[in-house]
Amino acid sequence: MTVTLLLFASYADALGASSLDMELPHESTVGELLTAIRSRPGAERLPPRPLVAVNQAYAGLDAVVREGDEVALIPPVAGG
Amino acid sequence: MTSLASLVRTPIDPIAIIRTVSNPGNGAVLLFLGAVRQVNEGRDVTGIDYAAYETMAQRELEAIVTEASAKFGTTDVTVQHRLGELGVEDVSVAIAVGHAHRDAAYSVSRFVIEELKRRVPIWKREHYTDGTREWVDPTGKASAGAPS
Repeated sequence: MTVTLLLFASYADALGASSLDMELPHESTVGELLTAIRSRPGAERLPPRPLVAVNQAYAGLDAVVREGDEVALIPPVAGG
Repeated sequence: MTSLASLVRTPIDPIAIIRTVSNPGNGAVLLFLGAVRQVNEGRDVTGIDYAAYETMAQRELEAIVTEASAKFGTTDVTVQHRLGELGVEDVSVAIAVGHAHRDAAYSVSRFVIEELKRRVPIWKREHYTDGTREWVDPTGKASAGAPS
């Protein structure tokens, strides 16, 4: 399945894109998605375990990602 | 009764925000403004640009207002966060609270700003006098899972 990964701020700068299409096995977990990202150029600039949101809610490493989900890497937030 | 949470790209109007939380039952009306500071960690700042994961940030702001209402017993909470380019002294965030009493109003205001800083996906890039720009990382670290 193809999952579109949204990138923001410093992570978008690191990977040189505001979104990436990731090819993943069906029912992959967030942890597996993070492993898959490691092969992308620039991923060495990401922290070991960046925050992830699935469908606009923070998700743990065990959360399952499904086709059509909106997945985002969330850099350390700095609002206010 | 008013509950408003929004991301805005135009200057924040504090008076208009106060009006949204003023009513005859509210003996305390409190306004917090966050503004762009000229110096951060010893570096001279000329401005900041704010970016957000807008759909999620909107949801989180609304959730924070709902939680504050349930926790402290007022529905008169308005929070606005500005996005885009801001200069020094410009208002980046405004939180207005109306409550029957001041103790709760202060608690609500504090709760909203602390939760906003902890979990709303908004980022700021500081512009320095030497022409460089850097994304601010308040934590110095990052981890997986929900923010603790």
